[in-house]
Amino acid sequence: MTPSIVPNFGSESTDRKLAIICSKGNLDMAYPGLILANAALGEGVETMLFFTFWGFDMITKSRMNDLQFSPAGNTAMHLPGHNMHIPQSMMPAPGMTAVATHMLKKQIADLDVPEVPDFLDQIVAAGGHLWACRMSADMNKLEMNDLRDDVEGIISASDFIEMTEGAQLLFI
Amino acid sequence: MPVIRIAEKPVNVNEEGFMTQYDEWNEEIAKELAAQIEIPLTEEHWKIIKFLREDFKVQGETATSRRVQTVGGVPVKEQFALFPKKPAKKMAYIAGLPKPKGCV
Repeated sequence: MTPSIVPNFGSESTDRKLAIICSKGNLDMAYPGLILANAALGEGVETMLFFTFWGFDMITKSRMNDLQFSPAGNTAMHLPGHNMHIPQSMMPAPGMTAVATHMLKKQIADLDVPEVPDFLDQIVAAGGHLWACRMSADMNKLEMNDLRDDVEGIISASDFIEMTEGAQLLFI
Repeated sequence: MPVIRIAEKPVNVNEEGFMTQYDEWNEEIAKELAAQIEIPLTEEHWKIIKFLREDFKVQGETATSRRVQTVGGVPVKEQFALFPKKPAKKMAYIAGLPKPKGCV
């Protein structure tokens, strides 16, 4: 018989930090940052997200429920479960974005992965921090009350770089 | 795979120490596993552990944190308070189940 084996869950206080910059507002590109943030928090890593440019839509109350997915310009896109591609020339057809968005949302829901606003709720519940980009807010004429209530502030890029000192960084 | 002694019983575990045989688990073992990772078990902890055990029996895989919230009814925030830092893995460990496979 082997002596006791106890998993190493790491020490209670890890100084590992992760900063994720979310710069895209397409539905498909909203998810990578959220999935990685959620995974990092589940591993006890302090995680900060910075929403900038189109990524601002993920935290803007009037936009966050309406992110879309367009297959136009995405040559990797194929039909689920098939290797068949639709020609790029057909992608701008009317209704194509709505159909593709609907299909992607269904595929995500089938995996029990939440919609973007719910996912951010979960990330904040797990201890994640949300920050909004000053320049994006100014460009879009948005203020704190236009954003999710759990956004901690609208800050400059240099503020974010300063507060994430020592963190690993992902730009999405 | 190693066999170790937990709560006076031989128990099959993987190389990390997670139990590999669903039926070898009992509440005494859970208490000892929890003590080893310094988690004092309260009623709230037991509620999650029992949910994970029942859910695994039906689903054949370990519930993720998300599922413990949506199906088990324990919010993610509470899971982090009860099983600090790495709730999904710690809950699975004490419940004698494999680490959850799902990403979310």
